[in-house]
Amino acid sequence: MTNLSTAPTSSDMAPLQSGHLPRFAPLAVGVLAVAVGVLVGGMALGGGVAGALVLGWLTMIVVLPLWSRVVEGGRKAKDRLVTVGVWSTFGLAMIPLVSLTWTVVSKGYGALTPTFFQNSMQGVLGSGGGIYHALMGTLIVTAVATLISVPIGVLTAVYLVEYGNKNLFSRVITFLVDVMTGIPSIVAGLFAYALFQIFFGPGVKMGFAGSVALSVLMIPTVVRSSEEMLKLVPTDLREAAYALGVPKWRTVVKVVLPTAVAGIVTGVTLAIARVAGETAPLLLTAGLTTSLNFNPFEGRMTTLPVFIYSSIQAPGLYVDEMTSMAWGAALVLVVIVMLLNILARVVGSVFAPKSGR
Amino acid sequence: MAKSIDVSDLDIYYGDFLAVQGVTMSIKARAVTALIGPSGCGKSTFLRSLNRMHEVIPGARAEGKVMVDGQDLYDADVDPVAVRREIGMVFQRPNPFPTMSIYENVLAGKRLNATRLKKSDADDLVEKSLRGANLWSEVKDRLGKPGMGLSGGQQQRLCIARAIAVEPQVLLMDEPCSALDPISTAAIEDLIHELKSDYTIVIVTHNMQQAARVSDDTGFFNLKATGEPGHLVEFNPTKKMFTNPDNEATESYISGRFG
Repeated sequence: MTNLSTAPTSSDMAPLQSGHLPRFAPLAVGVLAVAVGVLVGGMALGGGVAGALVLGWLTMIVVLPLWSRVVEGGRKAKDRLVTVGVWSTFGLAMIPLVSLTWTVVSKGYGALTPTFFQNSMQGVLGSGGGIYHALMGTLIVTAVATLISVPIGVLTAVYLVEYGNKNLFSRVITFLVDVMTGIPSIVAGLFAYALFQIFFGPGVKMGFAGSVALSVLMIPTVVRSSEEMLKLVPTDLREAAYALGVPKWRTVVKVVLPTAVAGIVTGVTLAIARVAGETAPLLLTAGLTTSLNFNPFEGRMTTLPVFIYSSIQAPGLYVDEMTSMAWGAALVLVVIVMLLNILARVVGSVFAPKSGR
Repeated sequence: MAKSIDVSDLDIYYGDFLAVQGVTMSIKARAVTALIGPSGCGKSTFLRSLNRMHEVIPGARAEGKVMVDGQDLYDADVDPVAVRREIGMVFQRPNPFPTMSIYENVLAGKRLNATRLKKSDADDLVEKSLRGANLWSEVKDRLGKPGMGLSGGQQQRLCIARAIAVEPQVLLMDEPCSALDPISTAAIEDLIHELKSDYTIVIVTHNMQQAARVSDDTGFFNLKATGEPGHLVEFNPTKKMFTNPDNEATESYISGRFG
């Protein structure tokens, strides 16, 4: 008969102590790696900065695990190997981010003057112009797009989670929303362009058309994030409300939505941040102008991304001035998106259910 | 206040699956009726069918009669929302509304139904309900604080206060003490004793001693066999049930010789 006993067979317990690398080991190997990289890779082999980086990294990922293997054993060595790998990829991911932020700040900082925020580009040649018109255009177009998208998106999510019951109709909607999430922004722009052409004739450009294009891009994001947030509301809370004799619609409005509002607002803010930087659809629908326009239903309206595009693409005679203004506008756009992200976090923590402890 | 409930020949389904079969019992007004039985035998399902809460689960339905004060809860014209206003429920896990303060939680039944209350009436109702749930002295100085900040036992009593604030006829309790420590459990059992004078109470419990302590009548549910629907094995006054049950299966379950 097979021995199925799981009782311990040997009375000797495995030793619980093992060797340790000193605490400064990763730092020491790091210093060694830098030295090897610079001296051998950079100078001796003549690989320059790239050679130094590659050889330094190789030294790090080989020496530290090997040393650990000798002193600490195989399991710790694997841990060291993976740790080095994780830090390396983290570093790689940070490179474009830091580099982008640095480029935008360093090139755009010089353009930020009071007149830059007060003037439009109307009649401006060379210096003295500003992005006031584009800033207002971005704010108006995005605000109108938000006004269109949020009710549609949130109510769709409410239908899917609270009323859909995974029936055929709601599954079709979910599928279409997923498809819409992936449509290229230029297609959304073409859609809005074609739609407004039907009513206003060919070549129509207005801020509202841009808002419609952006809301086509925003709605799926809002639906998805709101849906996930509504799903997180525990069924217990809905049942608690039903058990008090509260009708379903009141339960949704007064219990489910307030409980999920922090997440929904965060999702909406991130969706706004995403569409605020769209260029292609706005180029088609809202067009380009040098003057200030506050009316989204009449005439062309420039937004920041379109302004940046046109300043680089068609700077005319004053290439230096226009390029510097484009960087300034890019910095403003990045700051707006960052502010929206911070706003999302603040709003999320303000609305989050409190424990009172 | 307080109505009796007469259940006759109630079958409860989840989709095509018959979960509970042929339950007939009469639940006395101003008394505590305990439902005991092994897990999965349909006690909670039966309890939820008494205020049509089980319909919240898609596909769930019930056939048979549940008469409260001469009205059949399963009559075609009956509005489940109206039923739930008369028959309140307390759940296994405390579930205060996280977005509301203690004060708002107690008033939730009124506020969520947009019933307008004068400030003084609202204050009175909150105090009355919290006193009724034995929670007033513990929370009277922090009514504006979130309900989620209370301890588990306090949260459960807050949920009871919330349920009695809408002044129901009947109070259903689905294992109200199973997530609580013995001291909070004792507090809730005392509360059940006090509430008995005003409400009809039905309580599902896994704790036999609790059933013996708090209830006047006890119903024992069991499965006929694995995969078969649950059914009511025996329904008798608690004293008789725990000393001299009619049914052998009941005796084995109560004395711990089950199976």
